[in-house]
Amino acid sequence: MASPTLSFDRVPEGTLVARLGGPWHLQRDMPSVASVAREIESGRLGRLAFDTATLTAWDSSLLTFLIDVGEFCVQHHVTVDRNGLPKGVQRLLALAEAVPERQGARQGSIAPPWLARVGDAVLRTRDPLREMFAFIGSITLALGRLARGRARFRVPDLLLLVQQAGAQALGIVTLISFLVGLILAFVGAVQLEQFGAAIYVANLVGIAMVREMAAMMTAIVMAGRTGASYAAQLGTMKVTQEVDALTTMGISSLDFLVLPRMIALCLMMPLLCLYSDVVGILGGAAVGMGMLRLPMRVYYDQTISAVHLSDLVGGIFKASVYGVLIAIAGCLRGMQCGNSSSAVGDAATRAVVTGIVFIISACGIFAVMFYVLGI
Amino acid sequence: MDTTRAASPATDSQARITVRNLTMAYGSFVIMRDLNFTIRHGDVFVIMGGSGCGKSTLLRHFIGLNEPASGEILYGTESFTAAEPARRQQMLRRFGVLYQSGALWSSMTLAENIGLPLGEYTDLTPAQIREIASLKLALVGLKGFEDFFPSQISGGMQKRAGLARAMALDPDILFFDEPSAGLDPISSQLLDDLILQLRESLGSTIVVVTHELASIFAIATNSVFLDVETRTMTALGPPKDLLRTGNDTVRRFLRRGASDGEKGAP
Repeated sequence: MASPTLSFDRVPEGTLVARLGGPWHLQRDMPSVASVAREIESGRLGRLAFDTATLTAWDSSLLTFLIDVGEFCVQHHVTVDRNGLPKGVQRLLALAEAVPERQGARQGSIAPPWLARVGDAVLRTRDPLREMFAFIGSITLALGRLARGRARFRVPDLLLLVQQAGAQALGIVTLISFLVGLILAFVGAVQLEQFGAAIYVANLVGIAMVREMAAMMTAIVMAGRTGASYAAQLGTMKVTQEVDALTTMGISSLDFLVLPRMIALCLMMPLLCLYSDVVGILGGAAVGMGMLRLPMRVYYDQTISAVHLSDLVGGIFKASVYGVLIAIAGCLRGMQCGNSSSAVGDAATRAVVTGIVFIISACGIFAVMFYVLGI
Repeated sequence: MDTTRAASPATDSQARITVRNLTMAYGSFVIMRDLNFTIRHGDVFVIMGGSGCGKSTLLRHFIGLNEPASGEILYGTESFTAAEPARRQQMLRRFGVLYQSGALWSSMTLAENIGLPLGEYTDLTPAQIREIASLKLALVGLKGFEDFFPSQISGGMQKRAGLARAMALDPDILFFDEPSAGLDPISSQLLDDLILQLRESLGSTIVVVTHELASIFAIATNSVFLDVETRTMTALGPPKDLLRTGNDTVRRFLRRGASDGEKGAP
């Protein structure tokens, strides 16, 4: 393959003629500016001209080369004579130089010392925290308005959200809950069978599902499913200025958009959790009957005697709290969304992460609380 | 009509909107400084300038979506900038805004979009609200589209539906953010005609952000030019006058399309 060539000729009056030849296409091993620089410096030349008689083709590679050469020549007070270049090249160079670089448009590339960066990072965490608390505060105020019957949102919107966060989530909740029940039973069965206590698989699955796992697994599924969708919905509404339109109409976006989502999740999460309890126990029962050969009646009685009403109520209470947290995380990230489509994606991601952090933190707090209260 | 005179302090009795020493900034980055002008009752006031000069940001200041870094905006003689949030809401109720993308609420039909502010601020029955929504849609040429969702209609129709929603509460002041952006020449001219007709019949004051020269010459009775280089306003007056009296940048901005012949004012 032919490659670009660059050779030099010195003519009298201190002029260097650069001969450009061959096809100048973007590729590796392009002639470098350094060779021109060497030639100019070695000869203390004051003028640079070009000869392109053997140049067969050119593209941006030639332009960037010439721009770099030009910059070098300006710095070293060398005049550049462009008349030898093809007309098209001359025109494009003129075009590239027509508008001077805007001051400050180029992003600063000086990296601050690491201590300063750490400081900046710490300071940057302050604003999001403040925003989050401000958001929770305004939600509380909106709930106050709701309690006084003064918050406005459309009931059809709420019903649609209830359907999305409720009935439409049944499939995935069924799958996850059944498998969690099944896995718990397997893990337990292997251990308990060693000392002939296989029947206690029913206790293990029942208590674990009802007290913790159903609420938590449902919450995590809903954070990924519904929390992300809330963030994406609200984020898109911000991008398309629908939130602005609400604000200028004097309609609170918190009342109109956030409250119905929170109510929908807060209503549906306990129901989903209850459903998940039942399906999880069925999953356990499948192992109990299939693998451990326990009669269904026995497994059922054992579960009933192991699980207390307080366990059930505690689990469902947790689920509704998780529901509120997921809604807050989703709506907060949605309302913080920036003005581009990639910002919507970020908002959805952050909604899931924030939601899961909220859920796990709350789960820890509940564990301590329930222990202290002796529930 | 006194459309040829530039706004001046002498006509303050007619002032609908007054901008006083307004400086707009995002954080420490100043977008525009020292803006001073008056928009009179019944004006079609065009805010023009190159891309990225802060036209839309100025509009957001007018409707309270952004806060000025300094200076104030007055409606009549009352300061909007200094008003309490509750009072601001009352003032906002007299405005209609057409956003750049239409910003129709996508989960609602067109009739519901227009009906929402009506339901919020009037005690009309649902049947009456529906009737008014149909009327507004008919005014913008969308009769029969009441039960369509925004995603089911074209961009130009969304703009017009957005206009119908902006007019829902019969506002005193209508704000338009780039009404012709993304519209073909014919649709955008129809929208211009509509804007003029609305002003004639409703007597609203109209503020338009645009850089579409055809629109500027067709509808503006007064205008301000925001210069991106100097970061302030460099011309104030009816665009036809600015074509003669404006400084270089303004004249170049206004002439460019006309000399091309393709965007020229009819």
